[in-house]
Amino acid sequence: MGIVVDKETAVKIIEDILSAYPTKAKKDRAKHMTAVAPGDTKCAPKSNIKTRPGVMTVRGCAYAGSKGVVWGPVKDMIHISHGPVGCGYYSRAGRRNYYIGTTGVDTFVTPHFTTDFQERDIVFGGDKKLTQAIKELEALFPLNRGITIQSECPIGLIGDDIEAVARNTSKEIGKPVVPVRCEGFRGVSQSLGHHIANDSMRDWVYEKGVKGQEIESSPYDVAIWGDYNIGGDAWATRKIIEKMGLRVITQWSGDGTLSEIANATKVKMLLVHCYRSSNYLARYFEEKFGIPWMEYNFFGPTQIFESMRKIASMFDDKIKERTEELIEKEYKPRLDRVIEKYRPRLEGKTVVLYVGGLRPRHIITAFEDLGMHVVATGYEFAHQDDYDRTLHYIDKNATIIVDDATAHELEELLRELKPDLMASGIKEKYQAQKMGVPFRQMHSWDYSGPYHGIEGFEIFARDVDMAVNGNVWKMMKAPWQAA
Amino acid sequence: MGIHHELNIKDHLGCFRDDEFVEMIKNKRANFENWVGQEAVNKVAEWTKSWEYRELNFKREAISINPAKACQPLGALFCGLGFEGALPFSHGSQGCVAYFRTHMARHFKEPVPMVSTSMTEDAAVFGGQNNLHEGLQNAIALYRPKMIAMNTTCMAEVIGDDLNSFINNAREKGLIPQDFPIVFAHTPSFVGSHILGYDLQMKSILQQMTDYFEKYGVDNIDKYDENGEFYANGGLLAWLEQNKANAQAGGE
Repeated sequence: MGIVVDKETAVKIIEDILSAYPTKAKKDRAKHMTAVAPGDTKCAPKSNIKTRPGVMTVRGCAYAGSKGVVWGPVKDMIHISHGPVGCGYYSRAGRRNYYIGTTGVDTFVTPHFTTDFQERDIVFGGDKKLTQAIKELEALFPLNRGITIQSECPIGLIGDDIEAVARNTSKEIGKPVVPVRCEGFRGVSQSLGHHIANDSMRDWVYEKGVKGQEIESSPYDVAIWGDYNIGGDAWATRKIIEKMGLRVITQWSGDGTLSEIANATKVKMLLVHCYRSSNYLARYFEEKFGIPWMEYNFFGPTQIFESMRKIASMFDDKIKERTEELIEKEYKPRLDRVIEKYRPRLEGKTVVLYVGGLRPRHIITAFEDLGMHVVATGYEFAHQDDYDRTLHYIDKNATIIVDDATAHELEELLRELKPDLMASGIKEKYQAQKMGVPFRQMHSWDYSGPYHGIEGFEIFARDVDMAVNGNVWKMMKAPWQAA
Repeated sequence: MGIHHELNIKDHLGCFRDDEFVEMIKNKRANFENWVGQEAVNKVAEWTKSWEYRELNFKREAISINPAKACQPLGALFCGLGFEGALPFSHGSQGCVAYFRTHMARHFKEPVPMVSTSMTEDAAVFGGQNNLHEGLQNAIALYRPKMIAMNTTCMAEVIGDDLNSFINNAREKGLIPQDFPIVFAHTPSFVGSHILGYDLQMKSILQQMTDYFEKYGVDNIDKYDENGEFYANGGLLAWLEQNKANAQAGGE
């Protein structure tokens, strides 16, 4: 059984971890780590500032935030990785955003389209090649609904004018062409990529008045905002929302289309799941179109039911009644059965949870529904408003919060806390497993999923149980056990 | 029957085949996606098998689709990983390293260590020497490698960073021990592929380590005692602190 520490011990663990750093890095990293206990009123580690060089951060770049997260899942547009070959190669089909369609004919999420820069393109500029590339794509894939240009590092450095190319080619092919200035050296993490992608959608889709499919408006129109359909998450979410009696006219952007994105201006409310990557556009919608937005959380029964009621409260009594009925008659009994089965097997186990910019706080309560404690968590690229939102989720035990953790810090945390589960990404997976700690990937759901919604919690519980209680862990000794 | 079977939990492989989901996704396609319809899709899909399409495809010059190659730094990382105790070190934006580590970890199902100098806009303007110097100090202190295998990414290459002089400057300033083995290769992503990156890094390791061994002898690389402390006299951190103090005293 993993260790639950009090705040004092947590502070000491942090000190130990920091002692390995040289002076300058230690001073900086100390600001990123903090211990919070229930009842605390402040959770303010330094966040969203530059990573120290050479520490082996988990963070990615702006390109990953734009191409990999926000634009990538839009399925009927072609996303060009504009620059050298690598970025598009590594990000290809990496995020498991599911979609329905015939790939290469009417949908284009998984193939890798790149302008494959060579030395001459760096020297003479790549605008001509890009123009040519867009024409070729239009000829080979006539059913595309538009093209986005996802810039890689050299584009900004050599001073190419991709906006001009976008304007010209857009006229020529008669479809939206969106230039995205998401060069990898911009900003400190993926987070700026999300912002840039949001802004490019604002300027090149909404401000240009791109039209979607004609639909008749209804008072129950909503958009699922910031759900990228990892393993089918957005579908599991959509099912709940539709059963509540609302009509989802936009999935942004998992399994999304340009038409749905354009039609988002017609909704009555934006339902924001990933606040970190999509709040910029939500705020724009509020200002420009007067469309309100609200955050919700579809991880684990406690939060699902709370969120369903919160969403229903924004609509009329019919929706409220239907939601109550749905929860009491169908969903609650269904999930109670899951908890009844799995909770006794997981009660009291501890988790170190470390992912991107939203999920840590959202998943804490899903683990608690299963009787598990999150003893250390943190975000790769969250901002202060995320940490503000985190605090009320921490109400059971003292928790170590680490912003932008390094491989060294995660390793030491595992050594000190000996958790029963680590939930993080692929880069951390084998490090943890080699230390004898069961692991689940919380970016890609470890090739399982969905984890959102009703189906999602069932699968989540099953997967966590499989990892934590897997027999393989009983057959090996972790280094600290052998000693 | 195991516990999972009793509840009949279906994950994505099964659950989206349920009628309710199939119907829901069908409605989404029909009502909101502005989809061209199955007939049009079939027509274009058929056309992609035609001779006309083949010719069109062969004619393209600017766009690459699903190229079977990655970029040079990935090869350099792979080469560095092969040497015991070596730490691959990438000079450039940090996103590259996140991608390499992800890619390699997925493929080999092994932890993949690599550090980055995390260059951002200011490094793009002023050059990456400060990042590289601090990166070396942090990486050596935290991960205690026996050798650092350094490579560049396209960002560092476009702004023209010179690894050789940066590393020499670090030694001269006493930021890292004089005899700490660092090898480097220039591996811009817009030249060649990961194969060339591997070759270049291998060549630089063989060449530069041969020089190193001639100068310092073959036993000089492993300087950690059994506790992992560098240069037994107080460890590397102490070495760095002492050296900084000396440098300051010398400067005044």
